[in-house]
Amino acid sequence: MFGYSMAEIGNIMVMQGFAGLSMFSVLLLMALGLAIIFGQMGVINMAHGEFMTIGAYTTVMLSKLAVAYGFVNYYFIFAIIVAFVLAFAIGYLVEFTLIRHLYKRPLDTLLATWGLSLVMQQIFRSSFGAKEVSAELPEWLLGSFQPTPDIDIPINGVFVMGLAAVVTFGVFLFMFRSQWGLRVRATVQNRVMAGAVGINTKKVDRVTFALGCGIAGVAGAAFTTIASTGPTTGTLYIVDSFMVVVFGGAASLFGTIASAFGIAQAQSILQFFMTSSMGKVATLLTIVGILMMRPEGLFASKVRK
Amino acid sequence: MKTLSDKLLGGKQGVLGLALLALLIMVILPLGLDIFRLNLVGKYLTYAFVALSLVLLWGNGGILSLGQGMFFGLGGYCMAMFLKLEASDPISTKIQTTPGIPDFMDWNQLTAIPWFWEPFKSLPLTILAILIVPTIFAYIIGFAMFKRRVGGVYFAIITQAIALILSILIVGQQGFTGGVNGITDLKTMLGWDIRTDSAKYILYYVNAILLFGCIFLSRYILTSKFGMLLLAMRDKEERVRFSGYDVSDFKIFTFCVAAMISAIGGAMFTLQVGFMSPSFVGIVPSIEMVIFAAVGGRMSLIGAVYGTLLVNYGKTVFSETYPELWLFLMGGLFIAVVMFFPDGLAGIYQKHARKIPFLKRWVAEEKQKQTDAHASHGKASTTLGAEA
Repeated sequence: MFGYSMAEIGNIMVMQGFAGLSMFSVLLLMALGLAIIFGQMGVINMAHGEFMTIGAYTTVMLSKLAVAYGFVNYYFIFAIIVAFVLAFAIGYLVEFTLIRHLYKRPLDTLLATWGLSLVMQQIFRSSFGAKEVSAELPEWLLGSFQPTPDIDIPINGVFVMGLAAVVTFGVFLFMFRSQWGLRVRATVQNRVMAGAVGINTKKVDRVTFALGCGIAGVAGAAFTTIASTGPTTGTLYIVDSFMVVVFGGAASLFGTIASAFGIAQAQSILQFFMTSSMGKVATLLTIVGILMMRPEGLFASKVRK
Repeated sequence: MKTLSDKLLGGKQGVLGLALLALLIMVILPLGLDIFRLNLVGKYLTYAFVALSLVLLWGNGGILSLGQGMFFGLGGYCMAMFLKLEASDPISTKIQTTPGIPDFMDWNQLTAIPWFWEPFKSLPLTILAILIVPTIFAYIIGFAMFKRRVGGVYFAIITQAIALILSILIVGQQGFTGGVNGITDLKTMLGWDIRTDSAKYILYYVNAILLFGCIFLSRYILTSKFGMLLLAMRDKEERVRFSGYDVSDFKIFTFCVAAMISAIGGAMFTLQVGFMSPSFVGIVPSIEMVIFAAVGGRMSLIGAVYGTLLVNYGKTVFSETYPELWLFLMGGLFIAVVMFFPDGLAGIYQKHARKIPFLKRWVAEEKQKQTDAHASHGKASTTLGAEA
């Protein structure tokens, strides 16, 4: 098969599968934020990728600071928190100034946030330059471990995966086990009733949106461990993450996880056997094809409107 | 009962608007600009086809396609393939390993023209392909989506993904499509050199006439019963469905017409600019073309043309002098149009024209007609969201 022996195929599968897992983690973090914003509120945030870039640049800047003051080994956890807080704050602001006026016009929100993403990209370019920058990684994130001589698993990938798992678990707790999550779900189900029983639905919207953006910020921090950051980094992931959310079924958290896994693995493995662009085409085409058969996504029963 | 001319021209105000636009495009611009600038305007006007199609599809139908660039691109590529085959005759390509095939195929070790290039050896077949290929493509997408009642933002996301797929495919399949550079070095069309100044003038006028043809076609559609249903579907889809109409068929038809109009624009682009590349197919151009329509006024066919001209003029001026500022402006434009001027230039005109005594009566008449016809006019966007 393709001129490889079976053992080699096995090793390739494991390594590509693992590369797919780190991609899956970033994609999952991106898609989680989107699933909250889009799945719960029905808002299309085309600037979501730029919130990820905010997180990435935050991490890069903090790493420079860390190098200057010699605390490279500890800054990363701190950077994740700062990335979250910053993206959360900016998301909060964006909701307040822009999004809340457009809830009744979803298609217009799409255009307005696209405009926002252009503005943010130019801000990144003006302040950080057009060149890609990368973060100085702490030592414990570098290197790899080898379970067998032919298999090579990078540690940063393991870390990103762990981070994605923690954040996913956190989102799950927030949405399904906390008072806040209860309010969010109540607002989604019936806005008027939720308001009638005393939930401040406007505030819920704002926090939900900001939370989605904050998670994108964490995705950005995670992203710096596997690639370098440029002003248009966010645009690389935006279509993929929308596909993840739509494919998984917009309202389903489990669907988002499953489809992020499927899409990332398919791309990663196909990209090894075909060219990278054809792997992507094949994956996206399959998703679009399946969505045409089953427009409500994999894990949702709601009819799309 | 409206007469045909009423339907095509859209009443007194419509005639005035069309006459002004015709005066600008056919007389003022050709007289006032040198051929280089006029060719640039011609290029902008090819985008106006797409903006026009979006007025039909999005403004009146409530269907936002973020993939109109792919139809523009398909039309453009069909034309480019024909011109490229003509430019690659065995004599001018004799230094290649395989003479007589397009240069990029030779660079990619192809030794024969692929089967799907064969029809593009003939001009009639090419013109047929320009009109048919994007339409069939739109039919397949529309059929799969609308029959299953996928609409609104889902449709937007999926068309966007398809546009992305197509552009990656074109870039990836370098040997068949010319890759990221696109199809370049186009020279003649049936022996007629399209690069000379006189050819550029002729192509500019052909383009302008086709554009007006498409405006007439769109206006005919919009003023007919079909157009009324389109508006009704946009505002209360369920009610139209329960009245016994097959909503999906109407949507598919509109999507196909919009695709065809965009494709004509694409073909004219290739002819006037002399190349076609994947940078006109993907997500970014597709969304930019939406903003042309939005700036002009998503409900106004003529507004779409003005919007396209204005935004592109701005883009040319700013990206030449202050490239840094342009993205801010473009982004700001998206936000401002959506937030403050959802009806675009046409909306501003409607609002202020009544203050000019000369126009007052016409505007009032027009308003009256519109309120008679469909009380829903002007709620361009608000009702959409309520539906979803």
